[in-house]
Amino acid sequence: MLAACFTKTDCPEVVCSMADFVRLEYDIDGENFTSAGEASVKVKRSLRQMGFDPETIRKVSVSMYEGEINMVIHADGGKATVDIYDDRIVIVLADRGPGIPDIDLAMQAGYSTAPDNIRSLGFGAGMGLPNMAKYTDEMKIESEVGVGTTVTMVVKV
Amino acid sequence: MTVKELAETLDLKPLAEPDTEREAKGCYAGDLLSWVMGRASADEVWVTIMTNLNIVAVATLADVSCVIVAEEAEIAADVVAKALEKGVNLYTSPLSTYALCAKLSTLV
Repeated sequence: MLAACFTKTDCPEVVCSMADFVRLEYDIDGENFTSAGEASVKVKRSLRQMGFDPETIRKVSVSMYEGEINMVIHADGGKATVDIYDDRIVIVLADRGPGIPDIDLAMQAGYSTAPDNIRSLGFGAGMGLPNMAKYTDEMKIESEVGVGTTVTMVVKV
Repeated sequence: MTVKELAETLDLKPLAEPDTEREAKGCYAGDLLSWVMGRASADEVWVTIMTNLNIVAVATLADVSCVIVAEEAEIAADVVAKALEKGVNLYTSPLSTYALCAKLSTLV
């Protein structure tokens, strides 16, 4: 229905519009902390144009924003890919950062390795990954130290 | 009540008012942005002392009805410009977070 009708004309981030899904892609700029969140805001706008319900949009945009912030704080940016199907939205965040040595520890609410300058901006409370898990139906973290991290999140509609 | 009515009632100083007919329902107070993102509900009034540019993204994504910066913490021009661009209602008040919330508890 709605997603497949969405083309590059509607939104410049559309990289492919197949019969059953639409793909949006974003480069996350690791240099600019103040612009972090731009991709999530754009995804939110696109989902709204496609007619998704507000709760689904909120889940996708909040979890993606947390991931975006993580990529900027820890990994010098990366790439975000959002595949939109009628029944689910799949968000893949991939970076070439330092990797996560202990994923279970990183998932604990309140655990953070963010530096002080980031904490003074109101981030680094150790709630990013727990929020991402809370707002999505499926979440998978693949990480190798020194190579990078890929987080895949699925929000069912 | 609407954001406009709320601003008048609390005598808030308007910085960006792109959508004041919006209904304000409930309130959330907090300064840790991840915490706010995870806990604030759509249409709530968000009271904070944070003033950096990221508050606009958080307000947009959490879909709060307006942001009130307490204790008249100074807000840079680029934050105001971004709030206007993103459709975020932004106010300041000389009152503390506690005093604002106490008043809001009877209003929204």
